[in-house]
Amino acid sequence: MKKVVLLAVCALATAVTYAGGYRVALQGNKALAMGHTGVAVVNSAESVFFNPAGLVYLEDQLSISAGVHGVFSSVAYQNDAFGTYAETDNPLSTPLYLYASYQATDWLAVGLGVYTPYGSTVEYEDDWAGSHLVNNIDLQAIFIQGSVSIKVNDKFSVGGGPIYATGSVNFNRNLTRSLTDLNGNRSEVTVDASGVTNWGWTAGFMFNPTDNLRIGANYRSEIILEAEEGDADFQNIPNSPLTPFADTKFDASLPMPAELAVGLSYEFCDKWTFAFDYNRAYWDVYESLSIDFANPQVPDSENLRNYKNASTYRFGLQYDVTEMFTLRAGYYFDETPVREGYFAPETPRNDSSGYTAGLSVNIGEHFQIDASFLYLHFKEVDASYDYYFEQGVQAPFRGTYKSNAFVPGLGVSYKL
Amino acid sequence: MKNTLYICLSLLAIGFVSCEPELENPVNEEGFYDSGSANLANYVAVGNSLTAGYADGALYITGQENSFPNILAGQFEFVGGGEFTQPMMDDNLGGLLLNGQQITENRLVLSVDSEGNRAPVRLEGEPTTEVTNGPTGPYNNMGIPGAKSFHLVAPGYGNVGGILTGAANPYYARIATSGNATVLADAASQNPTFFSLWIGNNDILSYATSGGVGEDQTGNLDPTTYGPNDITDPNVFASVYSQEVDALSASASGGVLLNIPDVTSIPYFTTVPTQVVPLDAATAAQLNAQFALYNTQVLPGLVAAGFITQEEADLRKVTFSAGQNYPIMTDDDLTDVTQILIAQGVPAATAELLGQLRQVNNSDLIVLPASSVIGTTPNPDIPTNIVGVTVPLGDELVLTAVEQDRVATASASYNATINAIANAKDLIYIDAKALLKQIDETGIVYNGGVLTSEFGTGGAFSLDGVHPTPRGYAYTANVIIDAINAKYNATIPKVEIGNYPTITLTNN
Repeated sequence: MKKVVLLAVCALATAVTYAGGYRVALQGNKALAMGHTGVAVVNSAESVFFNPAGLVYLEDQLSISAGVHGVFSSVAYQNDAFGTYAETDNPLSTPLYLYASYQATDWLAVGLGVYTPYGSTVEYEDDWAGSHLVNNIDLQAIFIQGSVSIKVNDKFSVGGGPIYATGSVNFNRNLTRSLTDLNGNRSEVTVDASGVTNWGWTAGFMFNPTDNLRIGANYRSEIILEAEEGDADFQNIPNSPLTPFADTKFDASLPMPAELAVGLSYEFCDKWTFAFDYNRAYWDVYESLSIDFANPQVPDSENLRNYKNASTYRFGLQYDVTEMFTLRAGYYFDETPVREGYFAPETPRNDSSGYTAGLSVNIGEHFQIDASFLYLHFKEVDASYDYYFEQGVQAPFRGTYKSNAFVPGLGVSYKL
Repeated sequence: MKNTLYICLSLLAIGFVSCEPELENPVNEEGFYDSGSANLANYVAVGNSLTAGYADGALYITGQENSFPNILAGQFEFVGGGEFTQPMMDDNLGGLLLNGQQITENRLVLSVDSEGNRAPVRLEGEPTTEVTNGPTGPYNNMGIPGAKSFHLVAPGYGNVGGILTGAANPYYARIATSGNATVLADAASQNPTFFSLWIGNNDILSYATSGGVGEDQTGNLDPTTYGPNDITDPNVFASVYSQEVDALSASASGGVLLNIPDVTSIPYFTTVPTQVVPLDAATAAQLNAQFALYNTQVLPGLVAAGFITQEEADLRKVTFSAGQNYPIMTDDDLTDVTQILIAQGVPAATAELLGQLRQVNNSDLIVLPASSVIGTTPNPDIPTNIVGVTVPLGDELVLTAVEQDRVATASASYNATINAIANAKDLIYIDAKALLKQIDETGIVYNGGVLTSEFGTGGAFSLDGVHPTPRGYAYTANVIIDAINAKYNATIPKVEIGNYPTITLTNN
């Protein structure tokens, strides 16, 4: 367990980044190494997240998995009509996970998971070309999930449990493209809310038609984090009744959309496992980022997002080299939920391809070190956000974006 | 334990090194944009307040940062442009001090009173920019607020000792390389590879903004005899302008000459309507009764006696009606009949009132400062003395048709000179006059709005009604970039003018 503590030292924060929208698909080093498949895989307590129905098929009485990913993500932006250029200076974010599963009886397992499936950390240089849309954002959500897994028979099990979500958001942008105080400092607002909580649930089943084939499905409900009485801090506001931006409270809601996963895993040639997952994220719930300021003098902020539901296709392969080593590799294609004309720089995500690899090393009878690595590739894209308005006039923000993310991860599994 | 930490950190380090995304054709890579045949390494801008970045009735830091030459120089950096230096003021108030005494006013800001009325007011505060303690030039930006064409070549224009007598300019005295230096020599000494010259505006503008109280000096070839509000002789203009272009283009690969806009395109002259006095029927009738004798007896009598023509008599009639009315004014281009009336036994005070009196008409332009005067009572003890109604507007508040003609004639001549020299020297000629006319008449559509010359709200003009806002200057820069790209086969990127501010809101 000391090593787990040590990993936590590496983890500077639980902030997170990447994947379609602000979904952060980094919920286990074993799964990520296989393209983040897992709805039909049974190999560790990571199933608490991927499909609790599989927990009851784990061989050990107690299984624990914990780990961290170091997310290095970056976005480059330019607009050649104006020569504007920006590159994000995102801090390293380190999403963590911890899962435990306990085989209570032959037919019942219980589990507990803590993970961070949503988040975003994007930092542009202050007052960059798109600063009226975002200077920086730090969004975090931590899910705590209890699970039961019930074996109906050797071929079929069900599982699920409640999720308690707690989140925080800190978002800074300039008020307009040009408003400044007397000394030319751009007028800006920071909204900050933390300790925003809500409940959700997850449920799934697993079906094993043969000894080698598993089929799984899992659904995680949407959780809408409704920030109430958050703090809005206005800076560099001209002293004028025409700019009545005084510090105030705000309400806003941010949806963590529902996600459905279906997939299969197949063991072959003794040492090989193939896995495929299909994910569907119900992003259409994210229509708008609306910030309702308590002070009636301060105009509310309405930022259309109009996301669409999006799919992810995941492929993974595992090879048990020796008793001691297991190698993994994977690929996935992640569709963006962002529609054309709604490409906002706070989540500059177009379609992406993830290339993954990793390994596990057994250390003694009980411990396993899991390492993984993800390179997430985004194509360069010309995109715009068309729904920014000044005095009722549309002022699209255009540019060319190129993003990538590079995510090494390290975890430990313990079994008894 | 140590191993785990080591692995953890090295994995993170690998990630850090490999992570930067690269655009296929980064704009900040050498060679993405091209300066064509222009050499923009050392750009020098010469002119008046419009080059300096003057706005809101003052020169202050954020205005200078958004001067059109500074915006241009920022874009020139994409194609080999070097550092562009400006004589930055010491604060954002804008007032100048001469030996500790404030000699120019602070900037204007838009203020809102308790009843919601909006008006430009001077920003309060003690300015800190001391003329005698200024930085020494020369600077890439040699825009000197207030300079006329001939000032640029006038030795002593930067002599501190001449400021209070009007012989020197405090903005130039602050940065002049010596008391005897000229703006032109200081500019040319920098061996510009590229230059802009926008001069001549004040050669007519000070006459116009002062409502034509100065003289039209056409025919007088000695500018040292001119008053501050006079119109410069077009031959004087042509002579010094040619000299200036010669000096600046000696070392330059190219340059831009901007012409002189019409005064009728700027809000200083177009904001206050001519029918500015609201009257009810009873007041109008009462006023008409007061002027009845003047209209029906005095004027026909003056015509009959041959002192004035019938045409002038018609012009001088004063009539009011219920609704919006033309204010009365003093017009120094009318025959002064004061003494004639006194000789006829009219009381001196009345004779003086009627001496050059007429009503404003549609061909006049009332200047912006009149808006705070019309309808006021200069003497609270005599509430019936109301400016524009029973007290005439001073000549300095109205630019009459005659005066406008003088301005138009002179500026047409200047512009012909500028155009001819641009052609002769193969320089870019920017028709600023046509651009301002377009902004005034149709506006300029940009991403997120329309730039117009509407005072206070149009976005193009600052609160002094004469000088552009940063957004207006940014548009000017874009027009110049377009012209440079066309003339020299360059591909310099423009700026997004919606990102530039307009007027500043502040309550003192």
